[in-house]
Amino acid sequence: MATVARTEQPMEGGITHFLYVTSTLTATEFKLRYFGSALGYLWSLLRPLILFAILYTVFTKIFRFGGDVPHYAVGLMLGIVLWSFFADATGAALPSFVARESLLRKVSFPRAAIPVAISLTAAANLLLGLLVVVGLAVVDDVPVTPSWLMLVPVVAGMLVFATAFALLISVLYVPLRDMAPIWEVVTQLLFWGTPIIYTIAFVPERARELVMFNPLAVFIQEARHSLIGAPVPSAAAAIGGTWRLLIPLGIFALLIAVSTLVYRRSAPRLAENL
Amino acid sequence: MKTLLCSDVWKTFRLPHDRPSTLKQRVLHPRRSRAATTLHALRNVSFDVEGGEFFGVIGRNGSGKSSLLKCVAGIYEPNRGTIDVAGRISPFIELGVGFNPELTALDNVVVNAALLGISPAQARARFDDVIRFAELEEFVDLKLKNYSSGMYVRLGFAAAIQAQADVYLVDEVLAVGDARFQEKCFDTFRRLKREERTVVFVTHDLSAVERFCDRALLLERGAVAAIGDPREVTNVYREHNLAEEQAEAPQEEEGDHRRWGDRSAEIVECWLEDAAGRQDVLRQGQEAIFRARIRFNEAMVDPIFGVIFKNERGDHAFVTNTMYDGLQTGRFDAGDEVTYAVTFDPLLADGRHMASPAVAHRDGTRFADWREDLLSFVVRAERYTGGIVDLPHTSTVERVELSAEAQTA
Repeated sequence: MATVARTEQPMEGGITHFLYVTSTLTATEFKLRYFGSALGYLWSLLRPLILFAILYTVFTKIFRFGGDVPHYAVGLMLGIVLWSFFADATGAALPSFVARESLLRKVSFPRAAIPVAISLTAAANLLLGLLVVVGLAVVDDVPVTPSWLMLVPVVAGMLVFATAFALLISVLYVPLRDMAPIWEVVTQLLFWGTPIIYTIAFVPERARELVMFNPLAVFIQEARHSLIGAPVPSAAAAIGGTWRLLIPLGIFALLIAVSTLVYRRSAPRLAENL
Repeated sequence: MKTLLCSDVWKTFRLPHDRPSTLKQRVLHPRRSRAATTLHALRNVSFDVEGGEFFGVIGRNGSGKSSLLKCVAGIYEPNRGTIDVAGRISPFIELGVGFNPELTALDNVVVNAALLGISPAQARARFDDVIRFAELEEFVDLKLKNYSSGMYVRLGFAAAIQAQADVYLVDEVLAVGDARFQEKCFDTFRRLKREERTVVFVTHDLSAVERFCDRALLLERGAVAAIGDPREVTNVYREHNLAEEQAEAPQEEEGDHRRWGDRSAEIVECWLEDAAGRQDVLRQGQEAIFRARIRFNEAMVDPIFGVIFKNERGDHAFVTNTMYDGLQTGRFDAGDEVTYAVTFDPLLADGRHMASPAVAHRDGTRFADWREDLLSFVVRAERYTGGIVDLPHTSTVERVELSAEAQTA
């Protein structure tokens, strides 16, 4: 059995080391992205805003599909902002180990810090996006209620979900470079399979449960319900019963378990397999 | 106290012949992934390092030095064996790990420190010391992309030295800076040594090992070939290298690009001898003879015979020929053979040397045969000296009696 024992090393390999690396990497990543260009932060908002503008125009003016949905614009923007966070975090994390090969080969530190930092950087974007959503909600006369606070746990859950995926695919990408096109296809499927541009009401009754098994759908549905209130059914209502939420919850738990397991198995040999 | 203890460490790399890294390749050629060479980077390596020791690791390229350091640093996981480290490690495997050219020195030092396990708050507190050590006070606000490579390396070294570790792993990093920077690094390591910290030092610079290390380890093909007194270990290394080179490169080799001349005469072989006969290793100061056997293919009048001794750095340590010596060598016919001999006191500095014998026409500009680095030999001395040769000398130190005036001034 091979062991590398390190006694009296309070900082190395432990959770504090992980936190140091994660926090500094997040801070520098953030600095690099937003302090380099004049418009800085705004650029990162522009992408979801443009996507919003296109989808909103297409689905209210051309297909006349969203026009009847109460607060369609607010729900759409919320969905896009949450989705963009998920897509950004996972997309940037995917090649993150391979891209930092020299770092991994030269220092020993908790490897997970890299995808986690990337996910946190994307989360900073998400916060700004949510401010825009809230502004839009106020403009669109959505009543301000205490249920808006429910957005906090929903966003936190979303963060854990995206981070677990980010960790899993970044580790898998090291031995399996096919993960890049695979992940591209998966994100496409998830985008159209999740009620983002459409609402759950448009999904035929029988398929509704199936759509809601997807944890992403649960997060977005619950977020919309929290923000807009009664006109949007809660995730529990959409899936057809609170106990049924155990299925997406189980999928969520399974993802975390698989992600942790794969990471733990691969981490010690990550540097040499790059 | 043992600070570092490695026992029976094995490290194996599987090097796939054609790495299947896409799904299609895996599906279509499920067996191909098994076709791989197993490389034993480390075989059964055991050693221990005491606290406060300066421990050198030497060996040829690919002998496993870096793999060993990376296993100790925890970057690679050994396949077998145990590595125990008491205390915190600071790896100097590369200077400026994690440095980003778009950020300032402060941001980079904080990231670098976090990677080494130091809290950002502590790193900020020590930042002034880092900058002072790196002598970059004037350039604090610059982005790293505007730094020269020397400034970059200085910052990297200063950041790593601030890690306040118990064990420093140094991999050839000193080769990058200029001479002044290298001296500063060594001063720092000497200071660390006084503070009872441990330095494990991987290098190709044998003289540095002899100067600074308390003990040394020689790795050959991943296994421990010698361990102990640094001078003995470096000598084993030099002799093994010599033996291997001679086995690899047969003396007669046609089309050798390190051979010039019109071959009107040919150097057949050359060797060194002392009173006991042919030698590859000379004792410093013990009379030796360099001999070369030359065969004439054409008639030549007063050819010039000569030889150059070079040290490992390529300095010409000794150059002689029959023209310098004012020797009329005479007339030779095709088919004649002669032995050219130079009897000398080897005052050359300790280390490996190469001999390049040559035969030239009497005008001294056209060569009949010049064989660059034909012979490799080692000079062994009792002590280390920094120069090319060790001249016979004595040193004295005398106190200067100061006049009363000077004392009051």
